[in-house]
Amino acid sequence: MGTITEELFSRRLGHAVHAGDTVIAEVDVAMAHDVTGPLAIEAFRSLDMPLWDASRIVFNFDHVMPANTVAAAELHRIIREFCVEHTITNLFAEGICHQVMVDRRLARPGGIVVGADSHSTTYGGLGCFATGLGSTDIGVVFATGKTWFRIPETVRIEVRGALPPGVYAKDLALHVIAQMGADGADYCAVEWGGEAVAAMSVDERLTLCNLSTDFGAKTALVEPDAVTFAHSGDDPFELPPVRPRYLRTLVVDAERLRPQVAVHPSIDNVHDIDDVSGIPLDEVFIGSCTNGRLSDLAIAASILSGRTVHPRTRTIVAPASRGVYLDALSAGYIEIFARAGALVVNPGCGPCLGRQHGVVGPGERVLSTSNRNYPGRMGSPDAQIFLASPAVAAASALAGAISDPATLEPVS
Amino acid sequence: MSGRVFLLGDGVSTDAIMPGRYNVTTDPDALRRACLIEARPDFTETVQPGDVIVAGRNFGCGSSREHAPLSIKRNQVAAVIAASFNRIFYRNAVNIGLPVIRCAEAHRVLHDGDDVTVDALTGVITTPTLTLQGEPPSGVALRIIEAGSLIELIRHGGWAALEEPRHVS
Ligand code: SF4
Repeated sequence: MGTITEELFSRRLGHAVHAGDTVIAEVDVAMAHDVTGPLAIEAFRSLDMPLWDASRIVFNFDHVMPANTVAAAELHRIIREFCVEHTITNLFAEGICHQVMVDRRLARPGGIVVGADSHSTTYGGLGCFATGLGSTDIGVVFATGKTWFRIPETVRIEVRGALPPGVYAKDLALHVIAQMGADGADYCAVEWGGEAVAAMSVDERLTLCNLSTDFGAKTALVEPDAVTFAHSGDDPFELPPVRPRYLRTLVVDAERLRPQVAVHPSIDNVHDIDDVSGIPLDEVFIGSCTNGRLSDLAIAASILSGRTVHPRTRTIVAPASRGVYLDALSAGYIEIFARAGALVVNPGCGPCLGRQHGVVGPGERVLSTSNRNYPGRMGSPDAQIFLASPAVAAASALAGAISDPATLEPVS
Repeated sequence: MSGRVFLLGDGVSTDAIMPGRYNVTTDPDALRRACLIEARPDFTETVQPGDVIVAGRNFGCGSSREHAPLSIKRNQVAAVIAASFNRIFYRNAVNIGLPVIRCAEAHRVLHDGDDVTVDALTGVITTPTLTLQGEPPSGVALRIIEAGSLIELIRHGGWAALEEPRHVS
């Protein structure tokens, strides 16, 4: 009987494992993207071993897609040629790697997935053990199918009650990060549970597990339930009734939460919206592997519908994946964004990592729905980055300044 | 190995070590030149083989980009000493053979430019006036360090070399 992590590994390995154990395990899938992929390929080649399993290796072009420089095109060329050489067909250019892994059902409940990207923890929202590794680790998986894991201790986040209207998974995660500190879950698994999490859609659970990386988590998990299996289409299974030992339990009262904003220069510098509203903005970005899913775009569209973004605030929307884009198109959200004066860019990482589609200049202020506000993240190290929910982002785009959606005037 | 201290603060992210606009390459020399390019612009100009980076908490937080530890290694830095490391950065550094040492007080008692000698295997940090005991990698990380890199470990013995006696429950 153990934590979700312990149960998933015990189930997979056929013997009981406990926090602190070191295990070598085969993974279901290994993923890399256009930035980390070429180094993983170099590591793989230096081993001079055959490829493990072409069907379980996944590449995504997302961080800089389509290529905006010759150097980026070169990264893509290296990966394309590798995929041809090894008949790897899982090569996608249809959005952010983490969303593609979910859309294409490559990450599945109960699985073990590794990705050469720190936000690979995202798939834990589907109840799978997923963690980020570097390129050398992933290159070794390309050859052996295996890697080593130290089974982590678990921090349990128990969320009581229901989130109030206008408060979302993003606000909950930022609140928890403020409590825990940016390295508060270092080397740990984070389990999200309680009434508010049970009531969440898979989209929102993915947001929680995505942001867990940003307070140090090695992996993050929501126990798979009926919501999970309805989304994934997998045959339901149940983890044994558990009486786990947690390193720490943090109890959060959802009812008391307000919209949260992480303020430059660190993710744990979190404030209630009221403390920061009115700060003028040069850019708003709605998207990323944190908040670029359909439910996020639905919230933004409901606020932007029939309104126009402030002229000083360039507003960029990047749907997380082609699937999300198509659904947003059918739902009419894309037209709402375009009519509101937002720039809708292709599915992918967009301006999240400061390389394309809205790089920010010195002294500029940007509010983003993504997960990182380190100096230099989105461009100039002298820009300031604020992180918030899609609702706050949309309301702030309209006001040209950080703004609480609750204060919006009705459309006349 | 002896050198001088480059002192950095808490929460030095991989975006500070290797900003996203500079890691669109695997070219070792381009990575070397981009190391800390905005956070410590004088770094690549002044760093000498054997110098040491000393930092506070959560060194290497953020992205999984291995370009960050690689760029430090390419500058022939002898070791990174930090009060704590982000997990992926630490694992990446070990995998490529960049020595990493945890030491709670080093960033408080050492100064930029201090002469320092570091033993990457024992974690002992010495200056002309004091000696600190840091925590070098242990467990699997130590096995990788001893092999030189993860690639070397896999080449010579592979995962079988790492199989440990199982925890008895
Ligand atoms: S959207 Fe941002 S955080 Fe997510 S994978 Fe892309 S660059 Fe990384």
